[in-house]
Amino acid sequence: MKPSNEEPYGYYPGCSLEKNALAYNESTSAVANVLGLKFEEVADWNCCGASEYLALDILPAYALISRNLALAASSSGSHSLVAPCSACFLNLSKVDHQMAEVPALASQVNEALAAGGLSYQPGSITIRHLLDVFVNDVGFDRISSLVTHPLYELRVAPYYGCLISRPDYEGVYDSPEYPTGLDHLMTALGAEVVDFPLKTHCCGGHMTQISEPVALELIRRLLQNAHEYDADVIATLCPMCQLNLDVYQEHVNHAFGTNYHIPILYFTQLIGLALGIRAKELGFGREFVSAKRALAKIGKARPAPKKKRKPSKEALPMPQATEVEYR
Amino acid sequence: MKQERIGVYVCHCGSNIAGTVDVGQLSSWAADALEKRGVVVARDYKFMCSSLGQELIKSDIVELSLTRVVVAACSPHLHEKTFRTACQQAGLNPYLMEMVSLREHVAWVHSDKALATQKAKALISGAVERVALHEPLDPISVPIEATTLVVGAGISGIQAALEIADAGQKVVLVEREPSIGGHMAQLDKTFPTLDCSACILTPKMVTVGSHPNINLLTWSEVEAVDGFVGQFTVTIRKKARYVREDVCTGCGICMEKCPSKLIDQVYEAGLGYRSAIYRPFPQAIPKYPVIDKANCIYFQRGKCKACQLFCPTTPNAIDFEQEDQILQLTVGNIILATGYDLFDARRIPQYGYGRLANVFSSLEFERLCNAAGPTEGKILLRDGVSQPESVGIIHCVGSRDRNYNNYCSAICCMQSLKFAHLVKERTGAKVTNFYIDIRTPYKDYDEFYQHVLQEKVEFVRGRVAEVTDAARRPGEEGKLIIQVEDTFIGKQRRIPVDMVILSAGIEPRHDSKEVSRKFGISCNGSGFFTELHPKLDPVATMSKGIFIAGCAQGPKDIPASVVQGAAAAARVLGTIQQKSLDLEPVLAQVIDQKCSGCRICSNLCPFNAIGFDLERQISTINPALCQGCGTCVSACPSHAISGTQFSTEQILAQLHGLLAESFNGNGARTQSPAFSQAELV
Amino acid sequence: METLNAEQLNFEPVVVGFTCNWCSYRAADLAGMSRAKYPANIRLVRFMCSGRLDPVFIMKALKGGADGVLITGCHPGECHYLEQNYKALKRFKLLRRMLSQFGYEPERVQLVWASAAEGTYLAHQISRVVEEIRALGPLHRASDTPSFELIGDAQLQEATV
Repeated sequence: MKPSNEEPYGYYPGCSLEKNALAYNESTSAVANVLGLKFEEVADWNCCGASEYLALDILPAYALISRNLALAASSSGSHSLVAPCSACFLNLSKVDHQMAEVPALASQVNEALAAGGLSYQPGSITIRHLLDVFVNDVGFDRISSLVTHPLYELRVAPYYGCLISRPDYEGVYDSPEYPTGLDHLMTALGAEVVDFPLKTHCCGGHMTQISEPVALELIRRLLQNAHEYDADVIATLCPMCQLNLDVYQEHVNHAFGTNYHIPILYFTQLIGLALGIRAKELGFGREFVSAKRALAKIGKARPAPKKKRKPSKEALPMPQATEVEYR
Repeated sequence: MKQERIGVYVCHCGSNIAGTVDVGQLSSWAADALEKRGVVVARDYKFMCSSLGQELIKSDIVELSLTRVVVAACSPHLHEKTFRTACQQAGLNPYLMEMVSLREHVAWVHSDKALATQKAKALISGAVERVALHEPLDPISVPIEATTLVVGAGISGIQAALEIADAGQKVVLVEREPSIGGHMAQLDKTFPTLDCSACILTPKMVTVGSHPNINLLTWSEVEAVDGFVGQFTVTIRKKARYVREDVCTGCGICMEKCPSKLIDQVYEAGLGYRSAIYRPFPQAIPKYPVIDKANCIYFQRGKCKACQLFCPTTPNAIDFEQEDQILQLTVGNIILATGYDLFDARRIPQYGYGRLANVFSSLEFERLCNAAGPTEGKILLRDGVSQPESVGIIHCVGSRDRNYNNYCSAICCMQSLKFAHLVKERTGAKVTNFYIDIRTPYKDYDEFYQHVLQEKVEFVRGRVAEVTDAARRPGEEGKLIIQVEDTFIGKQRRIPVDMVILSAGIEPRHDSKEVSRKFGISCNGSGFFTELHPKLDPVATMSKGIFIAGCAQGPKDIPASVVQGAAAAARVLGTIQQKSLDLEPVLAQVIDQKCSGCRICSNLCPFNAIGFDLERQISTINPALCQGCGTCVSACPSHAISGTQFSTEQILAQLHGLLAESFNGNGARTQSPAFSQAELV
Repeated sequence: METLNAEQLNFEPVVVGFTCNWCSYRAADLAGMSRAKYPANIRLVRFMCSGRLDPVFIMKALKGGADGVLITGCHPGECHYLEQNYKALKRFKLLRRMLSQFGYEPERVQLVWASAAEGTYLAHQISRVVEEIRALGPLHRASDTPSFELIGDAQLQEATV
């Protein structure tokens, strides 16, 4: 639910945003300033356990994660908790959901929390991903009205990753299989969005640490697909995705004899650019695959509507959107 | 007051009722406890609706001189007529019988036998009290106007119209598209015999077009329906064609000369083009084209009139001044055969329809196969040149999927098998079907499946995860890759193909809810029209005089649609032959002596059945208009309106009876906290 | 949810349900055909239309031993008699106001719309209503409750029109 004007969003940056995803944190706060979004960081938050800890032992993992929910619920006047990192978002919402579904689990978790003088009532906090805030609270209209430096002619592949849209506990995403929120957001910035069939496929996650060949193959697929669709940049919303595609791009090129050079940028960095914020404040320059060359492509003027290549005389028309509204 | 002699009959319905309700105890209780309320006999029997069960009631009526009967069995909507007839045969007025729904409202919905039996007692007690106050009635007879309205001229509507017209009765056939034919006119071949669809449909269409008993109104829509069975008043909008039907010869020159060409979303399923003045296909009935105003250059920009210029007839057949006509007709019965919409596969974005060029919908593929279609029957990829070497056919797209529609669309399996055969036959391409289950019931269907299997078509059992052009392995470049879990080998597979056909499901028309409201019938949760009984009365609806046929009632193939069209026609012909129809004598009546003439009632009646007698200063009710809802009865401050069969006294007596036998507090049965009989009046 | 005390747990309320012939009675039929379970505490009475519902019936039912009343009908806009369920809705609202003036919980009278296709939905709603009335406890009819005939008529008529 959208907090009222006075009510700030609770903010859970997560470990990545303090280190490897510093650019995400910087760009988020820079953009939030311009848009007047108030993010109030939860005091004394701890790690969400990333994707591994849950696999080891559920109860300590849930207790660890729920501590953040308990802190958020008790500290701020906010009823929402925004996580920019997809893994954090999934862990927080999974714990909230499971505690509500399994009361026995909730009481065990609360027993553990009681040791620290805390408790958490499932459902008392709405857990949201940062993208959801931009798409559903700020809205495309408001964002496009504030764009001063549109990203004309920049071809963006919108990459959601596998963690935020499935399972979609709150029913936020239009289609869990093929979400389009980020697509529309990028269009609102003036960018040219490419169809990116692998938009919800896995980036390899922590496989880089476990089996590099597997991870590199997963990363290669994504880069190759973005390249085939002629993308200048890939827009991400997850520190893990960014890290894998960015840092390991060179490894992929080495292992497969390819020559990809696709900068992997946080969607907040692109919003920041379009809002006219200086690149330095948005954390540009921290990426391994430099964005300079791609950003130089951004055109000054709206490109003339592309002359549709006249289909050959024989070609059959593509399916058109019908006027019938979906029920 | 004379004490009525009441018989109570408890049905076991095999074990349907007897399994949950102690029927033996119930009947002996009724004989015992309700004796002072007039019950002289109570029996239970295995099947009351059987002829032996009915005999039981009949002989009791005669031998025990019963004056009232209570049958505790199934819902009155199922067997009320049966038992009323039985009473009548034994000389008892049929309206002196009351039914208690033990099966639907007790046995099937409760599990605790003691509580269910207790509830059954309460319901029977209520019915006994009520039936004592019933009055002998005669059914109301309404005349039936012989003309029938058929809405929708697809195969089902065409069949219905022809059956009725051939029997010598008048039909008004309304179709909203410029031509009749419906979806069947778009198809190439029909399963399982592979007859050419147009070859078997066109003769029927021609007959409809020239039948002296059929008034064909194409490019028309029903705007409003008033009245009730026998005398419906229907308002129809006949949209302006801008082509004079009395002059046009259907030569088609105007369509050739029209400079405005656009994609035909309806007939060509988006795969072909038409002009702004068009007739959907060469064999269209009627042959006159229509001008699609939204795309006509003259109507949009005020200049062009090419069609008028080139029209060879005198006087000119193009008439830009034509206006919509509103027709009002009286019909006795209505058949709704409004058809279906194809599931829009864009709703499953991971299947790529609308994004990936060589993903086709089933109707697109039908047009592709059709010799009159955009490729003249050649199975080609979207470039219109190359032939596919491998084709994947995905079943159940939008059907049997809780994200979209739970139901099975009934035609897709056979349709997919037909596609597989046609692809094999015409291109020799490798064909793979992706299915969940193969459903081939009905005559010669499974044989067709076996035949297709022998043609070396491959089958992979599993729901397709996605169709993508993101190549991963050598051999996948430039292909569409179908990612699927093959559930027979328990492995994920990636199968590259040139063309994907989505066997999209059948959905109710997008406006089916609106249409159902217009005609006063109901829809199920998905939006298909609801039949009176799913098995025994599949074409009637709850509204007398309104029948349904074809896919508007639920997904079905051509033979089933034809059967339903004919069945609906038979039902209509039956009532026409009777010339009149007996209706329930449920009516409101003004008791003149009690009416104070306040006229509170007259504003409440939506049928304008309540008038006012100026001379006597009292309200009057026109029995021909009254539909028996009873709203005025409950609203009259002087209790001056009574409702037959649902009178205040009857309802209060029923309440009294069922509460007298209800448990109260801690499950204990109260003797009678209920109001006394004196309070009832 | 509040916990029920022993009296409430053992209490089997009686709920009278008024149905219309075209939608809700058929929904109850469908509930049976779908074998959707609901508590045996409900007793259904059939009208042709919810517009036939005279508020007197409800008061008589409550006075006569029912602990609650459930009014059902076709969804607004889907009435077999065009618009009569709106009249039932109006009466329901006025009657609820009157009940609270009499010192009774207005929740003892409830309204549910159910189309002929909504068998399972109606079964759920019946279960809900029965449980809510169970939680309210038995309807206490003090012996000194004035007869509805004496005090009711003026208000009843107000609610009727």
